[in-house]
Parts: sequence; structure tokens; C-alpha cells
Amino acid sequence: MDAVRPGAQAEPEPTSWTLRTRQLIDRLLPMDHLLPDRQPYYVGSWVYVFGVITIAALVWVIVSGVVLAFMGPQWWHISNVGRFFNGLHFWSVQMFFIFMVLHLWGQYFAAGWRDGRVATWMIGVVIFGVSILTAFTGYLSQQNFDSQFIAINAKDAMNGAGIGAFFNVLNFGQMYGLHVMLLPIGVTFLVAAHIVLVRMRGVVKPIGAEGGVRS
Amino acid sequence: MDSTTPYYDWAFIHISLPNLLVIAGMIVLFALALVAPFPHGRRGEDGRG
Repeated sequence: MDAVRPGAQAEPEPTSWTLRTRQLIDRLLPMDHLLPDRQPYYVGSWVYVFGVITIAALVWVIVSGVVLAFMGPQWWHISNVGRFFNGLHFWSVQMFFIFMVLHLWGQYFAAGWRDGRVATWMIGVVIFGVSILTAFTGYLSQQNFDSQFIAINAKDAMNGAGIGAFFNVLNFGQMYGLHVMLLPIGVTFLVAAHIVLVRMRGVVKPIGAEGGVRS
Repeated sequence: MDSTTPYYDWAFIHISLPNLLVIAGMIVLFALALVAPFPHGRRGEDGRG
């Protein structure tokens, strides 16, 4: 144990913002929290797998979406490989939403917002909303009769809600731009923040469980 | 493929067969996740897996 010598000077406050930032990160998110090799015993449940599968589905959504964006609508509607990637994009989105909702159920019934996890929960709520908007603009970006049908019918709803002037579902360029650029970046950023918060606090302890409180 | 799907009505609920099947499958999957045994690794003295 280090003894403080009489007359010894206390360590000065760091003046460099990079040093202060590094010390803050070390304090809030040490590496053994960011990449843990052991978990509390209650994490041994399939319910905790739903969130991970949601992330895996999101990876496939992004990978297939990047390929579709490069190749364009004629390719994804006509060629066999294009139709395969079109299907891959669609079905990975279905998996993303199914497992996101299962993850939501699991966290709702475990009251996942407890013990300082309100921000984690609320970011999850925002991810859900932004994901729906992303999927909606995706349906409008298909470049087929289905997307035209949805756009024509949705236009009245958007006008009724008072947002039709700046969110015009009949404007393909606006919907496609939102779908391939702004909204996916938003979802990815929010998911990253969600995961960092989970790693900072650890997964929520089930109600009534005993033992370890964090990873 | 092009035939219309059946819809079911129950009070204010109006749902297509595919949507009903997806929701039913999700409920079954959630119930299975609660009861299915999870493969455990070696557990330490502090109760961590």
C-alpha cells in the first residue's frame, strides 16, 4: 500500500483534453467490460440471444443493402443474382424486426430499464421507431407496382398528419436517399450506442435473481 | 402466389393469415426461449459462467 509522504504534491489535473477523454473512457468503459470473457450465471438463457440475433440480422441487412445500392433496381429486379440479393435484403429485415420485437418482449418483462439503464431502454425505443421509418422508405424504394401502391395510399396519411410537404412519399429520390443514407446511419449509430451502454452497465439482473450484478 | 390471403376478424382485430402465423410463431419462439435448456460452460466459484 502506498503511503502519502508529507509534503508530497498531489497529481496535477490533466490539462490535455485527450488525456481527460482517455481517463473518462477508462473509468466508464474499461476493456474488461467492453469485451468480457465471463458473464453472470443468469445470462445463460436463450432470451439473451435475441438481441445478438437482431445485430446479426442488421449486419446482413447492411451488407445486402450495400450490394443493392451499387447495382441498382434493374439488376435487383431482373438478374437471378440480383433477385437473390433483393430477397436476402428483404428476409434479413424480417429477421431483424422479428428478433428485435422478441428482444423487446424479453426486456419489457425483465424491466430492463432498472438500475440506471433508462438511457439504454430509451435508445432501444428510438431504434425501434427509426427502424420502422427505414423499412417504410425501403418499401417505397423497391421500384415496382407494390411501392407505387404504397406511396399513393400513404400520401393521404402523410398529408393528414401534416407532414406531407417535407416528407413526400411520392418523391422517389427523397425516399431512396433517406433509405440508403440518413436512416441506416442513424440506426447503426443508435445500435452502437445501445451496445456500448449495455457493456457499461452489464445486462439487467432478472427480478429475484441472486449473485453477480454485472459482467 | 397471386391469390388473396384469408383475413380473420375478431372484435376490432382484422388480421391476415401470414401476419397471424408470424405473431403466433414469435410467441412460440419466446416461450421456447424461456424454458429450453441453455448449454452451460464451466461455472466459476463466483457463479459466473
